[in-house]
Amino acid sequence: MHTIVSSANQTLTIGSDQPFCIIGERINPTGRKAFQEQLRAGDLSAVEKDVADQVAGGAMMLDVNMGAPLVDEAALLAQSVRLIQSLTDIPLCIDSSVVEALEAGLAAYEGKALVNSVTAEDERMELILPLVKKYGAAVIALPNDDKEIPEDPQRRFELTQYLVDKATTKYGIPIEDIVIDPLAMPIGADSQMVVRTMETIELIAEKIGVNMTLGASNVSFGMPDRHTLNSVFLPMAMGAGLTSAIMDARTPRIVTAVKAADLMLGNDEWGMNWIAAHRAREAAS
Amino acid sequence: MTPDDVLKVLYDETMVGNAPAVLEHTNAGLELGMSPSTILFDALIPALEEVGARFERGDYFVPEMLIAGKAMSGALEVLRPLLAQTGAETVGTFLMGTVKGDVHDIGKNLVNIMLEGAGFHVIDIGVQVPPEKFIEAIQEHKPDIVGMSAFLTTTMPMFKVNINAIEKAGLRDDVIIMVGGAPVTQEYADVSGADGYAADAATAVRRAKELIAVRAGA
Repeated sequence: MHTIVSSANQTLTIGSDQPFCIIGERINPTGRKAFQEQLRAGDLSAVEKDVADQVAGGAMMLDVNMGAPLVDEAALLAQSVRLIQSLTDIPLCIDSSVVEALEAGLAAYEGKALVNSVTAEDERMELILPLVKKYGAAVIALPNDDKEIPEDPQRRFELTQYLVDKATTKYGIPIEDIVIDPLAMPIGADSQMVVRTMETIELIAEKIGVNMTLGASNVSFGMPDRHTLNSVFLPMAMGAGLTSAIMDARTPRIVTAVKAADLMLGNDEWGMNWIAAHRAREAAS
Repeated sequence: MTPDDVLKVLYDETMVGNAPAVLEHTNAGLELGMSPSTILFDALIPALEEVGARFERGDYFVPEMLIAGKAMSGALEVLRPLLAQTGAETVGTFLMGTVKGDVHDIGKNLVNIMLEGAGFHVIDIGVQVPPEKFIEAIQEHKPDIVGMSAFLTTTMPMFKVNINAIEKAGLRDDVIIMVGGAPVTQEYADVSGADGYAADAATAVRRAKELIAVRAGA
């Protein structure tokens, strides 16, 4: 199955027969105090650097989140979408839990965006999916409901099935435009967390076959040497069937691990991308 | 083993999160005639405080904090009824919940463990807690501190909603209110009308104690 997103001038295909879709996570004020203060002052200069660093690092899409406390998130999201699209042609993932902000971001966006995100709660679907439909976007959907983030892979799978059924039948979203987030949680909180995520990915890949993405850096939260954990987690998840991640695109080790996994999984014919990346590094050094 | 040996083992084994050893030596200490509050205040709580301090310095990591907390909780199961009999004082009662619209609980649970470890009586009323449930729980349990957790920028506004509801119910002066969660900042806590905020579990415990001390002094 192929999820196709685009900007005004570029199209990107996400799928299990494609190179893994690297979505840069950096444009997000959560946990970035200085950035939050800049956003409150209406200063978007940090975004320019984040765009340049992530694109240079290998991001194929960029997640854009403006969810800082005490800001006009809708206005900021629209403004930063316009700014980023003036800086790069790669497609964007418009990320907010505020419906008005999603709408403002989508209205400002040129092309077919990915919306981050909706959950399996009927109320959230009713608010967000008509917007997704209206703008012809694709959407990330999380299999949690209003009671819990289920631990059991089977329960996550059932909620995924429910989401996909509702989104396609009730809201008319094509199944290829639904990207499921199988939920990556911190391994430091429970050693079985990642096993459960892997099982969820396998179930969804085998039985539904939709594209999947997740917030990969969550996995290493609260642990030392996060880069190593992130660069091991991603190839494992790719092996299980993950086709995209919102991830650290600025750390070469992590991106290189993903590119190596692309090659191993048969999505880099004759290793041409791998070899080209090697030559580019040689030329730069 | 002498009581001093037991205290030392309890401290060391709590630091490394060895739950079976902590439980075993808690029972051994009681058999030696040690008082439950000695075990708690001279071994378990100092150990957890050291765990918290190391975590704040970046020397300890999330899993180490969790297993130390769990080791401590196991011992508390044994000590709690005995402490109640002897009328030992807790540091305070802490009512904790994740706000309405939010199902995240990993951070909240971590704070609970650390608070219990520091000698608080913790009442966890779960996730998705609406304002009326906070109010009912305040009336029922008469906590010193009410803690509210939110993980999303969309659910953070519930702090203010809850605090307004608590005020309207005439209970605002009875409780200290603390807020926390990944997207929350000190500034946001202030705007919400909370009394305290902490960025992580260890700081939350320290802040909770400070706030109680300030109130006791006032």
